[in-house]
Amino acid sequence: MQEFLEFTLGGLAFGMIYAAIALSLVLIWRGTRILNYSQGGMAMFTTFVAYTVIQHTGNYWLGFAVALVSGLILGAVIERTVIRPVENKPPMNAVIVTIGLLVLLEGVAGMIYGGQFKSFPPAFSVSGLKIGNTALGISQNDLFTAGAVLVAALLLAALFQFTSVGLRLRASAFNANVAQLLGVRVGRVLTLGWALAGLIGALAGILVTPQTFLYPNSMDAIFVLGFTAAVIGGLESPVGSVVGGLLLGLVTSYAGGYLGSSLVDLFGLAILILVLMVRPAGLFSPSATRQV
Amino acid sequence: MTLARHVGLALLGAAVLFVLTVKLGPFRDFQIAEVAAYVAAVAGLTVLIGHSGQVSIGNGAFMAIGAYVTALLLLHLQWPLEAVFAAGTAAAAVAGGIVGVAAARLRGPYLAGATLMLAVALPSLADKYSSTLGGDQGLPVTITTPPWLGVTFPPTRWLAWICCAAALITLILLANLGRSRIGRSWRAVRDNEVAASLAGLHVGRMQILAFVISAACAGLGGALLATVQAIASPGAFTLTLSIGLLTAAIIGGLGSLIGSIWGSLILVFLPTYAQNVATSHGLSSSISSNIPIAIYGVVLILVMLLFPSGIQGAIRRLLGPVTPAATAPFNALRRQAPASEHQKEGTT
Repeated sequence: MQEFLEFTLGGLAFGMIYAAIALSLVLIWRGTRILNYSQGGMAMFTTFVAYTVIQHTGNYWLGFAVALVSGLILGAVIERTVIRPVENKPPMNAVIVTIGLLVLLEGVAGMIYGGQFKSFPPAFSVSGLKIGNTALGISQNDLFTAGAVLVAALLLAALFQFTSVGLRLRASAFNANVAQLLGVRVGRVLTLGWALAGLIGALAGILVTPQTFLYPNSMDAIFVLGFTAAVIGGLESPVGSVVGGLLLGLVTSYAGGYLGSSLVDLFGLAILILVLMVRPAGLFSPSATRQV
Repeated sequence: MTLARHVGLALLGAAVLFVLTVKLGPFRDFQIAEVAAYVAAVAGLTVLIGHSGQVSIGNGAFMAIGAYVTALLLLHLQWPLEAVFAAGTAAAAVAGGIVGVAAARLRGPYLAGATLMLAVALPSLADKYSSTLGGDQGLPVTITTPPWLGVTFPPTRWLAWICCAAALITLILLANLGRSRIGRSWRAVRDNEVAASLAGLHVGRMQILAFVISAACAGLGGALLATVQAIASPGAFTLTLSIGLLTAAIIGGLGSLIGSIWGSLILVFLPTYAQNVATSHGLSSSISSNIPIAIYGVVLILVMLLFPSGIQGAIRRLLGPVTPAATAPFNALRRQAPASEHQKEGTT
């Protein structure tokens, strides 16, 4: 029972990270119909930026802020430079460009920082919390992680639901041509979508890195699980991506806890295949599957 | 006649390679063997993407299967080499069939993601079953030169011969398959699934077949690569390898078998070249080992933005008027229409 509680809470805390990655993927997918394979690479890169700032100033929160801002800028710059030309090309081209970006970011990070594992400081204490004598399996930092992602997701939802920028974002995602005819500057809106996704990705990067160490490939496995979460949620729905992230966090936590940590990735694969076999377009999407 | 032409070209290639391996030193022979191993894997991938229109970022995982089967069979059962390679290919094909059944239901980004997950997850098996699979250290793969070649025969030349023979046979088979009824069916399915289905083709079955064949080629490539490198270890079959295969297929030109040779040459020689340049300019090892990775990235992006039909497409354009065959793979990739279009189809 004790173990079960620890695995559950720990899984939920980690699931929020997958949810954040999934959320950033959904943002880009809804706007541009592109699956951003470089999302993990971008998050790794902004975390390295934060690492450098923290090394030089010793101020964690300054690094935190700089990482978020650089995520925002990186997302916008990438959309304007290399994504814009492939937006109306066959989807294959965009897939390959984002994979190219991933490899480029990892290569550049390796050139600048080397391949060694670097430890990245957590925001708060990582010692386990207790109620009475019962260890909960989570720390203050985990609570902060979950809270930060939750706040970001709520802010994002509010932005989409209650502001005119959000209305434009939704209009462009719904039908770019109609939105354009109604006077929405769709190009700018797409850039904004990528920038916001860069920001959420950067947040996920800083939050997860204290547990994984920092190196050029550090986000690969996290990205893959975040992607899985997004697919489970259907790639369309922000709520679905959070639910998918939490679900995946729980399952991988139980699998890692009860069966051994080397099986986590395989369990992720199994869940992905299972969900896609049952519902090829994800759990939360309107049923629009292939015809033949 | 097509078969005769392909076999003729392959024999010509074999003759050139024979002269090259005899003239060049052991290190070059080793590199030729490596290129040949990659050619087998990249050719399978380029057929999968270019002809059947499915993307796989996970073919490195099938290479790992071929490599480990090779290592295990040589280590425990001492099978003859041809049988070992056949078994490695077959094992990867079976795995490809299993993934293919799932893959045939998935569209572009979902399919790519599922195969990506495969590439990340599979190497962790080596850790889990470290007593049989050797953990991070991997398993040794040792072969001996056959006695009829004499004791002084350089082993790297023998390796180059094995690998080149296997790669050439793979290319002949794939070239014929592409020109056959199956190849035409793949292209029909790729260009328009509904029309292909109305014409009586079994869409799912054709897609699974393409996946099985590409996995089999990757398995053979992995078996060859493990033999060349004398080891099968998880570190050799990372996500970077899978992305490298994709890069090679794209640089060469999707669907082009000759292109897969260009791509494989780049895969082998670019890292060595970059390392040489970096060391001669006195750059640190972290820079020299990461330059090739960064270059892959730049090349992938630039090729997609500037020359989407790859090296072989550019050569074809230089050599003559654009033939339908040269442009086909790219028209075809539009088959994976944007999701909005799919939805429209779904609602009407």
